[in-house]
Amino acid sequence: MQASAGGRPQLCSRCGRARRAHGPGQSDRFQSSREHEAFLRGLARRRMLVGTARAVLLAAFVMLWEVAARQGWINAFVVSQPSRAMATAVSMARRGDLWIHLGMTVGETAIGFTVGTLIGIVAAVMLWWSDLLSDILDPYIVVLNSIPKVALGPIFIVWLGTTVTAIIAMAISISVIVTIMMVYVGFREVDPDRVKLLRTFGATRLQILSKVVLPASVPVMIAALKVNVGLSMVGTIVGEFLVSKAGLGFLIVYGGQVFNMSLVMSSVILLSIVSVLLYYGVSALEQAVLRTRE
Amino acid sequence: MRECVNGAGSSAIRLDRVWMTYHTREAETVALADTSLAVAPQEFVAVVGPSGCGKSTVLSLVAGLIKPTSGSVEVCGEAVAGPSGHVGYMLQQDCLYEWRTILGNALLGLEVKRAVTRESMEMVRRMLAAYGLGEFERHYPRHLSGGMRQRAALIRTLATRPDVLLLDEPLSALDYQTRLEVSEDLYRIMRAERLTALMVTHDISEAIAMSDRVLVMGRRPGRIRSSHTISLTCERQTPIGRREAPEFRTYFNAIWKELTEDGRAVAGGGQRAGECGWAPAAV
Repeated sequence: MQASAGGRPQLCSRCGRARRAHGPGQSDRFQSSREHEAFLRGLARRRMLVGTARAVLLAAFVMLWEVAARQGWINAFVVSQPSRAMATAVSMARRGDLWIHLGMTVGETAIGFTVGTLIGIVAAVMLWWSDLLSDILDPYIVVLNSIPKVALGPIFIVWLGTTVTAIIAMAISISVIVTIMMVYVGFREVDPDRVKLLRTFGATRLQILSKVVLPASVPVMIAALKVNVGLSMVGTIVGEFLVSKAGLGFLIVYGGQVFNMSLVMSSVILLSIVSVLLYYGVSALEQAVLRTRE
Repeated sequence: MRECVNGAGSSAIRLDRVWMTYHTREAETVALADTSLAVAPQEFVAVVGPSGCGKSTVLSLVAGLIKPTSGSVEVCGEAVAGPSGHVGYMLQQDCLYEWRTILGNALLGLEVKRAVTRESMEMVRRMLAAYGLGEFERHYPRHLSGGMRQRAALIRTLATRPDVLLLDEPLSALDYQTRLEVSEDLYRIMRAERLTALMVTHDISEAIAMSDRVLVMGRRPGRIRSSHTISLTCERQTPIGRREAPEFRTYFNAIWKELTEDGRAVAGGGQRAGECGWAPAAV
C-alpha cells in the first residue's frame, strides 16, 4: 500500500483523495486504520453470526417442537406444543388473569430480594461492628447457610398462614444469609489503608462505617442484589407452590394438577422471561453505579 | 493549634524510651526497643531502615493509632492519647475515595472533625487552586495522574491544619518520574506551610534530598542507630537541586554502609563485601 507509485497520483480507495494527499507520515496511520477497519468488520461479522445462530437455534427448537407435536411424534397432551402454549397465554392476557399472576410473582420476588438484601446488609453491619459478635455467630451462620431454606416453607406457613406474607418470608429467607456472607466479606476487604486514613483524622466507628466501609462496598451490595434476584425468585415460586391462589408458581402447580400442560409450559416460559428481565434490570443498575467508579 | 509550629515547645515530636510489643497467637514481636527521638518544630526528619524495623510503628505511635507498651510519646508537648488535630498522616497509597470528587476528598478530614464551614471550604478550594488542582475539584480521582492524586492527598491532610506531618513512604507507590515531581511539590509545600515532618522511607536518596536530618534504624527490634544532620551546599534548595550537591554522595555512602553492615551483622556474622561472591565454590 504505497502512498504513490511511479509519480502518477493514485486515488485513495477510502476517501477518494489522491493518496499523496495523506503524506508519508499519515500513510502509516492510514494503513493501520485500514487494518483497524478490517478488525472492526471482523468483530461485527462475528457478532452477527452469533446473533443469527442464537435466533436460528431458538426458531429451530420451537418449530421442531411444533412439528413433532402435530405429526404425533411426541404426545402433545404431555409436552404441549408452542402454538397451544401461546394460545393459552394470549387468552389469559385477554381475560386479564395473566397480569394478575405476573404482577403477583414479580411483586413477591421484588419485595423478597429488596428486603432480603436490606436485612442482610444490616446484619452484616452488626457483624462488622462487633468482632466478638461475628465470632460467636459464625457457626450459626454456616448452619443457616447450609440448610435448604425451602425446607423451612411449612414453618412459615404455620407461623404466617397461607398468605402472601409466607411467600415473601420464603423469598427473604433464601436470600438473606447469602447477602450477610457476601456483604460481610466485602466489608472486611475494604482497603485497610483507607480505614487507617480515617482513623488518623480521629474518625469514630460510625464515621468509618458511613464514610468508607459502606460506600466502598456498594459494588458488593449490588452483586448481592444480583444474586438475590435469582434466589428470591426460587423462594417465591416454592412459596407459591405451597400456598398461593395466584402467581406463576400457582399456575404451574395448578396446570400440573389438572393436566393442562399448555398452562404449565406457558407459565414456565413467562417465568424465564420475567426472571431474565429482572436480572437485566439489576445489571443495568449495576452498570449505572459502577460507571461512576473506577 | 498552630503555636507548636512557631516554636513554642522545644520539640514538636518526642519519643522517650518507647517500647512497643505486638502480640499474636504465634508470637510476641518486639517492634521498638527503648527508642527515643525528638523532632524540633519545623524540622524535616527522615527515618530510614530495612523493612520491618519498626519505622511505621513510630508513625502509628505519633499519630495515636496505637499506644506504646511503655515509654512516652508527645506531640507539641502533649502526651498522645489518641488521634489528635496536631497530626496529619500521609500514607503510601493516596487512598482517594473514588466515589468522591477531588474537593470531596480534600474535605474528608474536615468532615470527620465536623469542621466544614464556609471558611474552611474556601480555604481548601484556595489550596487546590494554589497547587494546580483548581480546575479538577469537581473531577473524580480516576481522571487525575498519579502525581496529581498524591497532591490531592496532601491537600486533604493539610486541610485539617496539622502541626506535624507524618509521611509513610508517601512516594513509593509512584513511578520514578512522578516521584521526583511529587517530592518537589511536597518539599515546596512543606516549607511554605512551615510544617514539622517525620518521614519514613527506605529510599536513602529521597531521605537525604528532602530532610534536615536522617535517622537510621537498625533491624528488629528497632532502635535509632545514628542521626545524620544533612547540610548540603547547593544553589537550589529543592529535592532535585539538593541531589546535585557534592556532599550528597558522602551522606549516601555513610548511611548505606550503616544499613548494609547492620543487615550483614544479623544475616551472617560480618563478612566483608564481595568476599562470598568471588570465593571458589569447589570447597
